[in-house]
Amino acid sequence: MPNSTDLPPPSRGLTAISGAMSLIAVLLIVQIWLLSSALESFLAGNQHTAVPAAIFSGLMFLACLGLYFFVDHTDLEVRSTRDRGEDR
Amino acid sequence: MRWLRRVSSEPLWKEEFSVHTADERYVTRRQLTKFLVLTSLGMFVGNIWIVIRSLLRKPPSFPQRVVATHGEIPVGGVKLFTYPADEDHCILIRTGDSAYVAYSQTCTHLSCAVYYSRENDRLECPCHQGFFSIKDGAVLQGPPSRPLPRIVLEVRGDQLIASEVKG
Repeated sequence: MPNSTDLPPPSRGLTAISGAMSLIAVLLIVQIWLLSSALESFLAGNQHTAVPAAIFSGLMFLACLGLYFFVDHTDLEVRSTRDRGEDR
Repeated sequence: MRWLRRVSSEPLWKEEFSVHTADERYVTRRQLTKFLVLTSLGMFVGNIWIVIRSLLRKPPSFPQRVVATHGEIPVGGVKLFTYPADEDHCILIRTGDSAYVAYSQTCTHLSCAVYYSRENDRLECPCHQGFFSIKDGAVLQGPPSRPLPRIVLEVRGDQLIASEVKG
């Protein structure tokens, strides 16, 4: 049975989630810039920028996905920990 | 897709509509995060679409078309023509006795028609003061970021023939 002082405070979970969301927002802004640059380059007849842009965009999507799982996991952990505390 | 879902003892409705008021902050943040990640997926799909279009793009083929005859225009004179399609307006300039250059007449900024300024010896866009070099179509000044597409000319006998668009 864990001690109540070991439980992560809910505000810490909220801070972690907000931090992850900020990172996702930054990655999203970079992705939007990357897409607009790749599109402009493509329309200008330049074809060799499309593949590197897609690779970096994919990596950023995977990073966003990882951060989402982190948010999901943190959300579950904080709320279930709080519920266990209430049960006691 | 079961592996994508987290393992929770709580029913889904309880996760999404928590009975605790304080949990709303978590639920709304998680839902916004999900929306942001889906937007990120959309950006990635957009990049993939560009890659596919790049791979499927065929090399352009240009027709050969007589645009003028030698001596038809004086030195420093211009002639307007269309190439390769009828809606692609171009400008032919005679820069010397036997020297000709031709460029697309569409400004690379916002598609206004450029004209030849003989006193400044350059192509000028009247809309936003974008200036292009007469030598290679490069941007000299103004908001355009790309040079004017150049029409490749061939001289066959007395005829000037447009054979390709570069840039």
